[in-house]
Amino acid sequence: MAGLELLSDQGYRVDGRRAGELRKIQARMGVFAQADGSAYIEQGNTKALAVVYGPHEIRGSRARALPDRALVNCQYSSATFSTGERKRRPHGDRKSCEMGLQLRQTFEAAILTQLHPRSQIDIYVQVLQADGGTYAACVNAATLAVLDAGIPMRDFVCACSAGFVDGTALADLSHVEEAAGGPQLALALLPASGQIALLEMDARLHEDHLEHVLEAAAQAAQGVHTLLDRVVRQHVREASILLGD
Amino acid sequence: MKETPLSNCERRFLLRAIAEKKRLDGRQTYDYRNIKISFGTDYGCCIVELGKTRVLGQVSCELVSPKLNRATEGILFFNLELSQMAAPAFEPGRQSDLLVKLNRLLERCLRNSKCIDTESLCVVAGEKVWQIRVDLHLLNHDGNIIDAASIAAIVALCHFRRPDVSVQGDEVTLYTPEERDPVPLSIHHMPICVSFAFFQQGTYLLVDPNEREEHVMDGLLVIAMNKHREICTIQSSGGIMLLKDQVLRCSKIAGVKVAEITELIQKALENDQKVRKEGGKFGFAESIANQRITAFKMEKAPIDTSDVEEKAEEIIAEAEPPSEVVSKPVLWTPGTAQIGEGVENSWGDLEDSEKEDEDEGGSDEAIILDSIKMDTGVDISDIGSQEVSSHYVAQVGLKPLSSDAPIVLSDSEEEEMIILEPDKNPKKIRTHTISAKQEKAPSKKPVKKRKKKRAAN
Repeated sequence: MAGLELLSDQGYRVDGRRAGELRKIQARMGVFAQADGSAYIEQGNTKALAVVYGPHEIRGSRARALPDRALVNCQYSSATFSTGERKRRPHGDRKSCEMGLQLRQTFEAAILTQLHPRSQIDIYVQVLQADGGTYAACVNAATLAVLDAGIPMRDFVCACSAGFVDGTALADLSHVEEAAGGPQLALALLPASGQIALLEMDARLHEDHLEHVLEAAAQAAQGVHTLLDRVVRQHVREASILLGD
Repeated sequence: MKETPLSNCERRFLLRAIAEKKRLDGRQTYDYRNIKISFGTDYGCCIVELGKTRVLGQVSCELVSPKLNRATEGILFFNLELSQMAAPAFEPGRQSDLLVKLNRLLERCLRNSKCIDTESLCVVAGEKVWQIRVDLHLLNHDGNIIDAASIAAIVALCHFRRPDVSVQGDEVTLYTPEERDPVPLSIHHMPICVSFAFFQQGTYLLVDPNEREEHVMDGLLVIAMNKHREICTIQSSGGIMLLKDQVLRCSKIAGVKVAEITELIQKALENDQKVRKEGGKFGFAESIANQRITAFKMEKAPIDTSDVEEKAEEIIAEAEPPSEVVSKPVLWTPGTAQIGEGVENSWGDLEDSEKEDEDEGGSDEAIILDSIKMDTGVDISDIGSQEVSSHYVAQVGLKPLSSDAPIVLSDSEEEEMIILEPDKNPKKIRTHTISAKQEKAPSKKPVKKRKKKRAAN
């Protein structure tokens, strides 16, 4: 889109946010009754659903069972209506496979898999509307779903995307900003220790700016953590009221 | 076939070695293996060898109609295949996870970083554009596929020449290589991937892991940079927890490595260019060295020998003085001699000289004899008897003699070994050993027996 300023002179982005501002996050846990754990998250216009089954017995070949840990199986699917142009394949293409692998890697690091040997934990993520930051939304939704399922984790896993335009680091990119072709960074971290579970970056970014962008993404992820924490506490409060405590 | 799992002791060995900053092939922590680039006869074909990991890259082009939403841009297509010859574990159906990961990483590194100018690949907007296809095949897997593949891809792209096209109105003329020289692609920059392997939950870091190290690593961080220090891709995989400063440190190291590798690539491309221009021989047949059985050549492993002298001196200073050994040829019969021990000799009877030799510590005889005698001597001394039993020692091997003269063994019965005065022997023998001259040159004259030697002394 020619002539669209990603960052105006006054420091406002296309949707009116400041450089380090996150989009509005709304989340709900326990949306499905059948699944062990489920969650729905809206980050701006990006909407993602996550469902967790487990820990349960290994499906398929017993040979895949790990004797000391649980197996984490992640599948990513983005609905055909999620993007501006209709997608032909919701899942099974290379990009979805890669996303599934990355989600698996993120959660294998965070979930205490040693507590459930020889079992399997399934995490299914569906993107209903993709407006930038889909990986981050998936990770945040999956974290809530795993918490809803009661599976022990080391810490929340909070993710956020970040970019770099005109010498400023932007947090939580929208689709317009991603499509502009600038550098994009997706970061998933465990907020308490600051450890990075997954780091992914695309497009050219000069090495000197890397620290700046990493810092912006880390701060944004901490912000996400505050929000998710509030959501979880709210959910637990509601659940305990219903139980009549 | 299923991959053989790494044994626990091998895993432990590797991890301990890494903890001591040692690698199996003698490299330093941040060292790359030798990179060798060779080109084929066609433009766009190359083989990159990173240590023993080999990747073949081939670029081809085709005129196609463009994608609907990108009417003025050419199409780039990357495909990495893990050939079954690369490793026994690679089978047609079994490789999906690794394959997806590698392919996506390559795509992101090369396509999203816009290293190739896709607008220049457009011939007729909306109708005809060039589709550039890069096929990479892994020929041998010895670790760090992604680095080798990224080097192969970028080298092949730089080496490639596409046919020249001219557009006149509606007419598009495609010239063959004979009519007009093929045109190189316009490449903005050369992104190169650098892999960092983490061990022991991120405590130790290695650059360019080989296959064994990859088995024991916790996770991998891949940073793709170009020589202008622009990061093209970062990807962390394998479930390691990183810290921000680790990532920043790795990016600095990557900058240094990429500069070196880019230089190497430029040189290789220039060389090939020169050879083609001068009409010399080029192609794989020329550049892949003949590996003859009779001419076995191993790559020199770079080893740091700067502190060898000090270490050697330390060892020498602390070690005990070695037993003085002189080769003692034993003459069986005139004209034959034996040095050292052969099969256990049952010719002689129990001999009496062990005790004396044991006293000296360093005798003039072969080491093997020494040690055996020492043992037997000690046994006997343990018993405590001094007189008779001390002289009786089970003889193993050659007849023990204290002198440095060649021992002659013969069947002759008249030359039985009898020691009449055992106490005298030690002194005699000591004098023998002290004199250096005798050590050096065993006397030519065969000394028949102890008795006779004593007489000679």
